[in-house]
Amino acid sequence: MAQTDASISLSTPNVATSRNTLKVDRPRWSNMLFVAPFLFFFVLLLVVPMFWGMWLSLTKADLFGPGKFLGLNNYARLFTDKIFIGAILNTFYFVFLTVPALAILGLTLALVLNKQTRSATVLRAIFFATSVLSVTVVTLVWRIVFIPDMGLLSVIFGWFGANSPKFLSDPKLAMIGVAIATVWWGIGLPMVLFLAALQQIPGEIYEAAALDNTSRWRTLWYITLPSIRRTFVLVIIIQIVFQFQLFGQAQLMTGGGPNNASRPIVLYIYEAAFKRFDVGMGAAASEVLFALILIAAMAQYFVARRRGED
Amino acid sequence: MASIELANVSKRFGPVQVIDNLSLTVNSNEFMVFLGPSGCGKSTLLRMIAGLESIDDGEIRIDGQRVDHLPPGERGIAMVFQHYALYPHMTVRDNMSFGLRNIGVAPEEITKRVNRAAEMLEISQLLDRKPGQMSGGQRQRVAIGRAIVKEPKAFLFDEPLSNLDAALRVRTRVELAQLHNRVLSTMIFVTHDQIEAMTLAHRIVVMNNRKIEQVGSPMEIYSRPATRFVAEFVGSPAMNFVPVTVGQGASGASVTLADGMVVQTTVPSQALEIGATYDLGIRAEALQVVPAGTGDVSGKAEVIERLGDRTLVYVRLSTGALVVGEAEGDSKVVTGDAVSVKFDGSRTHLFDARGQAYHGL
Repeated sequence: MAQTDASISLSTPNVATSRNTLKVDRPRWSNMLFVAPFLFFFVLLLVVPMFWGMWLSLTKADLFGPGKFLGLNNYARLFTDKIFIGAILNTFYFVFLTVPALAILGLTLALVLNKQTRSATVLRAIFFATSVLSVTVVTLVWRIVFIPDMGLLSVIFGWFGANSPKFLSDPKLAMIGVAIATVWWGIGLPMVLFLAALQQIPGEIYEAAALDNTSRWRTLWYITLPSIRRTFVLVIIIQIVFQFQLFGQAQLMTGGGPNNASRPIVLYIYEAAFKRFDVGMGAAASEVLFALILIAAMAQYFVARRRGED
Repeated sequence: MASIELANVSKRFGPVQVIDNLSLTVNSNEFMVFLGPSGCGKSTLLRMIAGLESIDDGEIRIDGQRVDHLPPGERGIAMVFQHYALYPHMTVRDNMSFGLRNIGVAPEEITKRVNRAAEMLEISQLLDRKPGQMSGGQRQRVAIGRAIVKEPKAFLFDEPLSNLDAALRVRTRVELAQLHNRVLSTMIFVTHDQIEAMTLAHRIVVMNNRKIEQVGSPMEIYSRPATRFVAEFVGSPAMNFVPVTVGQGASGASVTLADGMVVQTTVPSQALEIGATYDLGIRAEALQVVPAGTGDVSGKAEVIERLGDRTLVYVRLSTGALVVGEAEGDSKVVTGDAVSVKFDGSRTHLFDARGQAYHGL
């Protein structure tokens, strides 16, 4: 009996210890409650629509009833549609026009306006101000600038006895016109991101560079630009994602014309899904756009990362 | 290997005067330390010499040539910053050679200088690393290496040891002293740490409140402080100050403490106002703590600090003043003991109301 008592009293602390250990190591599912509200809306509003969209792209559906499964038919139709291929090319052209311009202009503005003077503060506010305008206001402003014969541009060209380029009606210039309006509209964000990055560079490094007899250009090239490399990649990725989704400017300035010259993918999606009510086709075009953005952003990310490692 | 002269230099930041009409000469090959509390203007002064701050008045000359209008890179000086200021995206080799490439030094010469400096600082194995892959001490060496390869006329150090841990700080201090012997160059070192100043300097410039309080060798600064501020700032523990009334003594001023005790000093009484109140300054090592009844003034031990070779005893004197004196390392004194302190009159200083010091012979 005495032996039994002893064994109980010896084993009790061990049990308590192992129970405590279990408590620490075991996942506490009740903690999930803290993230549940976010998770609920994330799944409901992002994950479900994403997979639903993928499913829709495999069906022949309209807005009024369940669709009929078609397999990859919608995709086959898309890639034989010249207008869709044109829209893809237009979108790439637009991204090519806007993303480098936004990055380089944003960086230039940030470099010039990264000062503590009053004029720099005012100019920073002015350059950022366009970002708060809605797409309708932006396109209205630029239509007034570009409008043939009466627009600001034609007035300025008129002073020199020249005819202004017809940005809204010339198929070769339409996308450039949309790109100019977009750069003007979106320059605020890259500028602010670059300004934030520039202000993170310790002043002592520039002082060391000054003592190292570094010229202004060499300081920019060897000190400033390498220091903001990550922000540069971030700006490029954000802008690729944004600009692939061109819609409002093209629709309101040119309506996709002339002759589909400025029709981007999103405008094609909108017209397929909400004008022709071919929701499956619209969803398939959306998936193509999704893949393009993903590939472009990932490629940019990996290229930049590899260069950074070198 | 150049002298640096500052003549009537002033600097203002808006309405705030940070350096006020300051003149100073740093001799060729001298190791000069600017010592002072935070905000006294010592770093600003260093940055003015470097060219990182402009000056509002006066002149700065390096080797006799006026440089205050020249940009930092053209003054022929190198600086080691408090936070190292290494270029984070460059390797150690690139960090060290960048300045030389900027001025078009031949690649073979750059390689030679970088390798030589790296060997001297024992960082040869780090040449292909980036600053982010190194410890604070290693970065500090690279920063010094970057300065050495330029073979400058003078080195400027802005509190370069303050970011290192205590043990590394002591080791780097010794290495800096060795480096000065090896490269034989003019060096200016800014610090608020009096031990760094005392151990490294040929001469110390003690600064306070935008002005120079005293310029002198470490022992001059310690033994014959020019002002009360210097006496308080330099030395650990700080100098004791006891209010006294000055009288005429046989071989110097005799001073009377509040309790009537008279201490004979060696301070010449001619310069003093007899009968006026002064502060008697005496360092702990000149104030011996002895058993009660055997010293000059009685008191009570309040705090005991045993340092091994000596014991510091904080004594509340019968006059009410708290002083710190020294007892033997193996002293048995404990808190609350009645003790007595013995003044070494030959090692006392007197300070007038303006803080001006008067020393014994």
